[in-house]
Amino acid sequence: MDLILDGIKKAFWLLVTLDPEVMGITWLSLKVSGIATLVSLLLGISIGSVIALTRFPGRRVAVSLVNTGMGLPPVVVGLFVSIMLWRNGPLGFLEILYTPTAMIVAQAIIATPIVMGITLAAMQQLPKKLRLQIFALGATRLQMVWILIKEAKLPLLAAVMAGFGGVISEVGASIMVGGNIRGYSRVLTTATVMETSRGNFDVAIALGIILLLLAYVINAILTHIQQHERPR
Amino acid sequence: MTEQATESQTVLEGKGLRVGRGGVIVLDVPSVSIIEGEVLGLIGPNGAGKTTLLQTLSYLLKPVSGELYFRGAKVGSDVPVLEFRRRLAMVFQEPLLFDTTVFQNVMSGLKIRGMKRSESDGIVVEQLERFGISHLSGRSARRLSGGEAQRVSLARAFATRPEILFLDEPFASVDQPSSEALIEDLQVVLRKTGTTAILATHDRMEALRLSDRLAVMMDGRILQIGSPDAVMNRPADEFIASFVGVETILTGRVVSRDGSSFLTAVSGHEIEAVGDVLPGETVLLCIRPENVSLSTSLRRGATSVRNVFPAKIEKITPLGLYQRVTLDCGFPLVSYVTKHSVEGLSLREGKEVTASFKATAIHVLRKNR
Repeated sequence: MDLILDGIKKAFWLLVTLDPEVMGITWLSLKVSGIATLVSLLLGISIGSVIALTRFPGRRVAVSLVNTGMGLPPVVVGLFVSIMLWRNGPLGFLEILYTPTAMIVAQAIIATPIVMGITLAAMQQLPKKLRLQIFALGATRLQMVWILIKEAKLPLLAAVMAGFGGVISEVGASIMVGGNIRGYSRVLTTATVMETSRGNFDVAIALGIILLLLAYVINAILTHIQQHERPR
Repeated sequence: MTEQATESQTVLEGKGLRVGRGGVIVLDVPSVSIIEGEVLGLIGPNGAGKTTLLQTLSYLLKPVSGELYFRGAKVGSDVPVLEFRRRLAMVFQEPLLFDTTVFQNVMSGLKIRGMKRSESDGIVVEQLERFGISHLSGRSARRLSGGEAQRVSLARAFATRPEILFLDEPFASVDQPSSEALIEDLQVVLRKTGTTAILATHDRMEALRLSDRLAVMMDGRILQIGSPDAVMNRPADEFIASFVGVETILTGRVVSRDGSSFLTAVSGHEIEAVGDVLPGETVLLCIRPENVSLSTSLRRGATSVRNVFPAKIEKITPLGLYQRVTLDCGFPLVSYVTKHSVEGLSLREGKEVTASFKATAIHVLRKNR
């Protein structure tokens, strides 16, 4: 019990004194996961929309793959990204293994199927005739897709939350492709793992609390937008 | 009217339109034209192909074969599909509004066309006023009643000043009092703007109120097209007759002919009608219920009406403006009378009355046609 109380005290201290190392780790976590979420939104919404709005052979298989991808284990992603970026690997020439960029790549791969799957479901939930109505209003194909995305904005906010929530809390891939290098590629989750393994529970608890707070604040903002927009 | 004049007035023409679904042809319309300024009503039961025809004519559905000509130009080659679509508008059964304000919804078609706010604002305000929804301008489209939502949908369609307006059962999901008011307002707007429109509906009364021409559809085909009077009073076959409200269709054999009138034997009775038929032919006699009169004193020979029969009232059912009286004259007959008549003649089930209908009020269909 004392351990937890000490941890909370320490966490409080690290937070109020704006400990530079902790702040650096927090900032990097936000940056890596934020950029990865943005990339996943771009890819996930566009590809998800295409799958939702078109008919092509193998579409069913594609939908199943997307749904499976929603539960992609981060360590598996970490493994494959590591292999690809390994010095002798196919993309080794990029020399980005053990950098925040590699972490962004891995996290984007984890979040993209989540965003794609939610986009797919959100688009399919819209009335079928809405597409015809938009065309009948004189829209081009691109305008039609854009209007549909706007119509699905509430479930798409859920996609943002799920995508961001998935990657900010992910540890396996980040540690594998980022290397948890102090002051360079150390993020909240990898630091928590390390501090716990070293027995520095107070620091680990502090980092855990920051992680929880971050996830809460960001989701609270998005939830506020979502509930504010919701039809009453 | 010369052929050239007719051609110049044709806004939209479909030729050889065939649409398939799952290997089955669900629409087969060799030819259909929409004339400038008219309202063409498409009537038919559910699944008759009305919606498919509307969507094909608006090029929202690509036919397996056939062409569309918009003001003489072939859609898809002479006139690009997008340009064609931007000159029409469509209102569906569901209002299909966007998740934004009423004002933004009405503006959406103009926004899609890239019109500046300074230009579009005035048009939107005008349409909101026209459909009596100015007070809802800032309200979310999700917080409207069915009738209000459909008004927004109509305002959105009219805002783009369409050259043809497609209406697909626009009142079907609106409650009765709201749809009455909506039909009245639409009638006024259509007349005022002279907008060419095609209205698909399963409600023939709705079609009659709004249409200049009627087309009856069944199984993906147009069975009859013509003036409302022709379709209602001179239906081309038994199906159309029953769909357009002919409640009595009697089968009989022509027994004699005298000039233009002839006598037909129906269940042991002789009914006089007018038409070009030969003795021995089997005919269908279509009698509209509005044309059957009831009396408690009329006797045959005391009136110019040729068909007078004693009848027993089997059933009286209220039917909106009328009372529907089912009669047994030795053959079944249905009459529509007003509530006043029911009260004045003390009509009740089981009562003996005299039913009469003129020979000229019968529409004759030759069975072997």
